[in-house]
Amino acid sequence: MVRINVNGEERQVDVPEDMPLLWVLRDELNMTGTKFGCGIAQCGACTVHVDGTPTRACQTPVGMLTPDSKITTIEGVKGKAAQAVQAAWQKLDVVQCGYCQSGQIMSAVALLTDNQNPTDQDIDAAMDGNVCRCATYVRIRAAIKDAAQTMRA
Amino acid sequence: MLHHLIRQAAQNGFGDGLSLTPLPAPSRRGFLKAIGAGAGVLVVGAHLPMPALAAEAAPKIIGPADPRPHAFVIVAPDNTVTVLAKHLDKGQGIVTGIATIAAEELDADWAQVRGAFAPADAKLYANHFFGIQGTGGSTAVANSWDELRMAGAAARAMLVAAAAVRWKVPAGEVTVSKGVVRHAASNRSATFGELAEEASKLPVPQQVKLKEQKDYVLIGKPDLHRLDHISKTNGTAIFSMDIRRPGQVTAVLARSPRFGGTVKSVDDAAARKVPGVIEVISLPVGVAVIAKNTWAAMKGREALTVAWDDGKAETRGTDAMLADYRKAAEKPGSVAANKGDADKAIADAKAKGGHAVDGEFVFPYLAHAPMEPLNAVVALNPEGGCTIWAGSQFQTVEQMTAAHILGCKPEQVKIETQWAGGSFGRRATTNADYIAEAVMIAKAYPKAPVHLVWTREDDIKGGRYRPLFLHRITAAVDAKGALVGWKQRIVGQSFMAGTPFEAVMVKDGVDATMVEGASDMAYPVANLAVDAHTVASPVTTLWWRSVGHTHTAYAKEVMIDRLAKAAGKDPVAFRMEMLKDHPRLAGVLKLAAEKAGWGQPLAQGKGRGVAVHESFNTYVAHVADVTVDAKGQIKVDRIVVAVDCGEVVNPDIVKAQMEGGAGWGIGHALRGEITMTDGVVDQANFDSYLPLRMSDMPVVEVHIVPSHERPTGAGEPGVPTVAPAVANAVFSVTGQPLQTLPFSRGGIVS
Repeated sequence: MVRINVNGEERQVDVPEDMPLLWVLRDELNMTGTKFGCGIAQCGACTVHVDGTPTRACQTPVGMLTPDSKITTIEGVKGKAAQAVQAAWQKLDVVQCGYCQSGQIMSAVALLTDNQNPTDQDIDAAMDGNVCRCATYVRIRAAIKDAAQTMRA
Repeated sequence: MLHHLIRQAAQNGFGDGLSLTPLPAPSRRGFLKAIGAGAGVLVVGAHLPMPALAAEAAPKIIGPADPRPHAFVIVAPDNTVTVLAKHLDKGQGIVTGIATIAAEELDADWAQVRGAFAPADAKLYANHFFGIQGTGGSTAVANSWDELRMAGAAARAMLVAAAAVRWKVPAGEVTVSKGVVRHAASNRSATFGELAEEASKLPVPQQVKLKEQKDYVLIGKPDLHRLDHISKTNGTAIFSMDIRRPGQVTAVLARSPRFGGTVKSVDDAAARKVPGVIEVISLPVGVAVIAKNTWAAMKGREALTVAWDDGKAETRGTDAMLADYRKAAEKPGSVAANKGDADKAIADAKAKGGHAVDGEFVFPYLAHAPMEPLNAVVALNPEGGCTIWAGSQFQTVEQMTAAHILGCKPEQVKIETQWAGGSFGRRATTNADYIAEAVMIAKAYPKAPVHLVWTREDDIKGGRYRPLFLHRITAAVDAKGALVGWKQRIVGQSFMAGTPFEAVMVKDGVDATMVEGASDMAYPVANLAVDAHTVASPVTTLWWRSVGHTHTAYAKEVMIDRLAKAAGKDPVAFRMEMLKDHPRLAGVLKLAAEKAGWGQPLAQGKGRGVAVHESFNTYVAHVADVTVDAKGQIKVDRIVVAVDCGEVVNPDIVKAQMEGGAGWGIGHALRGEITMTDGVVDQANFDSYLPLRMSDMPVVEVHIVPSHERPTGAGEPGVPTVAPAVANAVFSVTGQPLQTLPFSRGGIVS
């Protein structure tokens, strides 16, 4: 039995300790907002926050987490940065296929939580790990800037 | 051309000889018919006269609407309007586009509009260009334009009639605006929801009056949000990857590492010991590991020992294949275009003060790699047949293929189409591919719904690539700088060969999708010779966003810049001279050039390039700005695109498709390639098949030509010209034409 804390709730799952957090969320807890894209931490579709740090769930064995590790997924992300980011994404109609966007949003929220006035270089650095095959990058950049402005206002 | 050919191919039948009822050509007027109304719901379908309606199938509803089958427009008592899309939405926004068309004629309020995917039923929901239900060729808006306008207008007329009866006033005095029906003289009004039940009992009008463009309040407006913009930003949008049926098991499939290989022997003892593994099954397509979750299935597959028979497999590497292509290119191929005398014209030009230019172009295999790895859930139905949950793009092909596997009727195969996490052509296959695999596994393991999941490695190594192509071109300008001769040879695989499409897609040895954009080029060259060699290989290939234009437009537009330089002409001016009889191509070229500031001086190391092309009846020009640094490394700074796709339903979605198309074109031109060593694919995942990332993405400026022409597509046409525009921008700085793709091969991209 592995105990983890997801979106503020303690959960117990009967899985091997090497099972990545991604599959615990998706297959055991039926939280499908976090996506499988590559399985090797190269696309960012599975990005969640562990104690506020953007983390690739596909490369995080669940046994490495403690019951004190606070895991936040797209289903539970909240706060000023999350609100601003999701509102900006909706305002600018960023999404196309949408499959990568949970991960994009989790990375963007982490960026703006730390830095409310990111430069283009900051955005490149924070977001280069998140692949979008529809290439919505133009709007992701614009939405991050829009959200940053909202947060500064 | 593609549309017509798919239609004929469909009539020839899919699924090992199972035939498909041919459908009549679409009509632009009339043919309105009410279908399946009840429970106070106004349900309107505008469709062609058909024989008896097929089996009932409940559509997947996005939003809270009450679903009713066989309809395009559903007005419910809760005041929602649900518009059913028979096309797959894989990001291109067609659910929103389709809903906009119907909502416009209905005079609905956008806030009450929902979208849903139609069930699989070719009798009701065929793509009129194909004759089967399917999405592709950037046809969706063009196909549904008349149908959805009529459905919306009919529903509006019925709501008006219901109000007129209720209020005992002439229908002509009743108006509709933003989802509210009004009679001004008596100061009465009602919502659609309030009138739905009464309207549903009235006859459907056989003739409706459609709006004039000047009266549009939704179509062409820039401020309509996509219908999926909230569910896709809070994690609630459901893709087939997210389907969880009661008792569902997960399967992964071990496939041959070489294309064409088959299973020789399997040792599954270790795999069966992996905790969570339920069953291991050998199938003609590979070895399936079935487990209680995805991780266990993947671990189980790793523990398999499979020996493969490579007797019929491709064992060449891509270098050896390319060498064979070059050998083939020494001899004439099958003729795709032949007018005048290209050899003589080129020789004459050289002899009389003109210039000839030779180019050899190499285009690699490319994977589609949609963000959502391929997957499908299949449950066998107790009454026979099955239900499939998938990002289904060729529903009819999938129904017929599944029926063939299961030995049931196609209509016993129900498809619950889901939001698709990208496709770029990958999900539209002639043999149902991954869905067929899932059905085979479900047939072999009937105890529970089966979710077949491809890993990213399965996807990158799994074929159905944009084919490897070699082009050889010689072209000449005369002493006055006029293009007088063009000779082009194209060598590559046909993805139509061996499919139901072959008989119509391959004519006189030429696959239309190999030469489109070359044999029919718009530039008026009097002496044109285009031929093609179709080579065979077990490597599976497929259409890939913009199909033949991915390579033909590139080769053509890079050659045109070289010819312009040889003629001492400006690249835009050279093209404009040749496009006098092509006003829409000239129009986008002029617009893109103006908006980009063509002709203005550039700083040292900066380059600007242009390309223009028609594909899928849409006209696009790109201007690219690049920086070439001191080490020769390139960066794409800005893309300006002008597009003419006729009447624009949703300009922001067209803009998004142009932005995404630019990224798609640039990303693959920079670093995209699938190579093979001894028949085994060298790439495996996004660490080796390198995708475009945020820091690669240039600024993109989109300009849409205002138009009253019939709407055409936007999903694919934004791709073909972006890479040659970038190449021409680099050429303007370095003088070196980029003729081998990807650019990383030439060491100019890190």
